[in-house]
Amino acid sequence: MTRKRTPRVVILVLGLMYGAVLFAGFCAPYDPVEQDRDHPFAPPTRFRLMDAEGRFHFRPFVYAWTSRAGIFAEYQADRARPLPLRVFVRGSEYKLLGLLACNRHLFGLDTPGRIALLGTDGYGRDQFSRLLWGGRISLLAGLIAATLSLSIGTLIGVASGYFGGLADDLLMRLAELFLAMPWLYLLFAVRAFLPLRISPSTAFLLLVVVIGTVGWARPARLVRGVVLSAKERTYVLAARGFGGSNLYVVRRHILPQTLGVLLTQGAILVPQYILAEVTLSFLGLGVGEPAPSWGNMLGALQRYQVLSSYWWMLAPGLALIPVFWGYHVLADFLHERLEFGR
Amino acid sequence: MAYFARRLLHSMLVLVGVSLLSFLFLELAPGEFFSDMRLNPQISPQTVAALRSQYGLDQSLPIRYGCWLRSVARGEWGYSFAYNLPVAQLIWARARNTLGLTVVAALLAWFGAIPLGVFAAERRGRWGDRIAAAGSSALLATPGLVLALALLAFAIRSGSFPVGGMVSLDYAGLGAGGKIRDLVAHFSLPVLALVLAALPVFFRHVRAGMLEALALPSIQAARGHGIPRRRILFRYALPAAANPLISLLGLSIATLLSSSLLVEVIMSWPGLGPMLLEAILARDLYLVIGAVMLSTIFLVAGNLMADVLLYWSDPRIRRKTA
Repeated sequence: MTRKRTPRVVILVLGLMYGAVLFAGFCAPYDPVEQDRDHPFAPPTRFRLMDAEGRFHFRPFVYAWTSRAGIFAEYQADRARPLPLRVFVRGSEYKLLGLLACNRHLFGLDTPGRIALLGTDGYGRDQFSRLLWGGRISLLAGLIAATLSLSIGTLIGVASGYFGGLADDLLMRLAELFLAMPWLYLLFAVRAFLPLRISPSTAFLLLVVVIGTVGWARPARLVRGVVLSAKERTYVLAARGFGGSNLYVVRRHILPQTLGVLLTQGAILVPQYILAEVTLSFLGLGVGEPAPSWGNMLGALQRYQVLSSYWWMLAPGLALIPVFWGYHVLADFLHERLEFGR
Repeated sequence: MAYFARRLLHSMLVLVGVSLLSFLFLELAPGEFFSDMRLNPQISPQTVAALRSQYGLDQSLPIRYGCWLRSVARGEWGYSFAYNLPVAQLIWARARNTLGLTVVAALLAWFGAIPLGVFAAERRGRWGDRIAAAGSSALLATPGLVLALALLAFAIRSGSFPVGGMVSLDYAGLGAGGKIRDLVAHFSLPVLALVLAALPVFFRHVRAGMLEALALPSIQAARGHGIPRRRILFRYALPAAANPLISLLGLSIATLLSSSLLVEVIMSWPGLGPMLLEAILARDLYLVIGAVMLSTIFLVAGNLMADVLLYWSDPRIRRKTA
């Protein structure tokens, strides 16, 4: 069988997406909670190069949307006023990477014009800015929760597999219980027993902790399996024979063996946990308004009228597709390269 | 037989463990169903206290668990605070709708996945296989939530499917044929969402299993003997590839209840999903526990059924465990 090639395209796509959400403040033209009540559900702004008189412009420009009098969320392009697209414009303040105060944005218009690459939501908030800021919450929630799951799983798996005995039996029975509980129901149940009304940042933390801790069982069992086989290897026995302490043997000889399983499991868990956050927030059990997350942005679609009339509100859902695809391919690749390729 | 007795005992222990775990989570919970009532000045503290003692909330955890076990033995599974009805009765009324939906979806997905997987494996690397693989990758990468929303948006825009609920308002007045047509129309959208989510998973497993089976020397020999292609595929190769598929079948039964949860909420299907969500928001704890327990029962039963089926279909397992 031919070995799979490194999925460069996937790494590039995922890298770009993570980069964009990490530098959300710079890439997004507006603050995610900044409202523009005059333009609810405005459709995506179109870039143009030809103006109404047929003249060609080198700098792309847009026409502002003006509301049709008396009709809710109906717009037409104002052809009298072309607004040139600017790069590195000054705008709202934000903290670059949460540290540096900054007010430059990658692109934008001269005030008071507003550009909406992906339209606006019901409060006139820029959907593209919210997508980036929301992606920060959703994508990072997946990463942090997966790290948490894997850490707890490794700790329990190594302890269980390396020391064995009664602790091993008890821990694995507990893991079976957690695996026997239906995952989404379990998540709901744990969420049910937490306070309902909490601030977005607390909600984010709680959510990550809940999602992460609920999922410890599968990595723990996988790690235990690897440890069981690793601890019988001759070089491990030799290291112990030479008087290596438990801690030394685990750190030096056992843990490196688990790396392949952990990375593969990570690539499987991250999209699962992103989806968990999105699902909970979609149902109003996760990160709440006004902070954006892909889940609560999609939550607006629970109203049939929004769902049928404003397609751009589906953008966070569409953004999930490349992420999922990327992680699927990555997991396949890692599985083959790190677990079978050894 | 001893094998099954052991498996059954193990399953019962898992159920007891899950119920204990649920009660533990319940104990950790801040706030309860009656917290909101306490803030209402029109309800006296005595009334709230009386209600709490009526539902046994003033008792300690072990006593409450004991009461709940007795209630399970009576077939009530505790009382819902919000509906003031036995949980079993409430859940049964909703679970029927959920099961109807998911069983139809699972059957359709399997009947679609088996021929697709078999033929894709036979035409490995050719166009049909590649198209099927690309399609399944695309479907796998689309979360069920997004799929359901997109389907719903399409249905609303086109107006060709009824949206929300299980029957039309005038259902009771329709004739037998009209009733069936109405049900099919209401079923089609959620079923499609569930099938599209499950099909690629099943398809991949069928294809992978068949690829392995088709490479077996026995199949080569059968080919050499000139046995017809169709007979080789379905009579010789498919049973050889069946073991992991039977496990997956058990798992697909196990997840029958939870797989449709989100689709039900999105498409306003009167199943367990919306009720569970309401119960969580209202802190109707015994209802939540009841739903978790039912779902766990399905999981355990699905795995048990897979074991029985494997025992029946694979002589190697029979010999090992006899």
